[in-house]
Amino acid sequence: MIRSRRVGDISEFSFPVRAFLKAYRWRRIDPVPWSPPRKPLAEANVALVTTAGLVLPGQPPFDEHVKGGDSSFRVIPSEAEVRTLIDTHRSETFDHAGVAADPNLAFPLDRLHELARGGAVGRVNRRHLSFMGSITATARLVTERAPEAARLLVEDGVDAALLVPV
Amino acid sequence: MCNQAVSLIAAELERQGIATVCVILLRFVAERVRPPRALAVPFRHGYPLGAPNDAALQRDVVAKALALLERDGPAPILEGYG
Repeated sequence: MIRSRRVGDISEFSFPVRAFLKAYRWRRIDPVPWSPPRKPLAEANVALVTTAGLVLPGQPPFDEHVKGGDSSFRVIPSEAEVRTLIDTHRSETFDHAGVAADPNLAFPLDRLHELARGGAVGRVNRRHLSFMGSITATARLVTERAPEAARLLVEDGVDAALLVPV
Repeated sequence: MCNQAVSLIAAELERQGIATVCVILLRFVAERVRPPRALAVPFRHGYPLGAPNDAALQRDVVAKALALLERDGPAPILEGYG
């Protein structure tokens, strides 16, 4: 199961999804921005960003009815119990069983804590972010939500971020 | 879609001074969208770090992704896992 596909293989999807992926006009990042790390990883403050639509108990779920996709995000504190996170991503294009069994699969907060304890990572930031990735109309994400998310992490003094799709 | 979303968020973090690395499930999306640093993994959607409850595999993917932060460029960097 683990290495069941080649990188970039879209044969796992249904025909309508494959057709959509082929026809969709992807938003090209140009120019590609580049921030060199300010410090070595072993000294860096690291944050996680997932697009798995995970929320903490009590946080509002993501809204699948927003046209073009719900580009809002939830803040997950570093002391959160990963196994209590709830998958509110409604996309049927992927199997939700893995994340349901272990949210670290798409939001590896426990792994990041382990790497920090082992010294490979400087420290785990106090806040992490969860988005829902089914965003086909990206304007609001790019002009409002992503800048807002970035400001929040800048405020925390984050040096580096790991982003995980689902 | 998730691959594009992480890429676009990463770009904004980089514009505000935060170094980023994205895990990517569809290499062709990363080639078109161009996140600054990305690790393309051979796992299916829903399983970006390999397998649930496999801490060693998840940690290895995370560590290999974070290792791309130590590269000097040129941007964009798109590497394969495994």
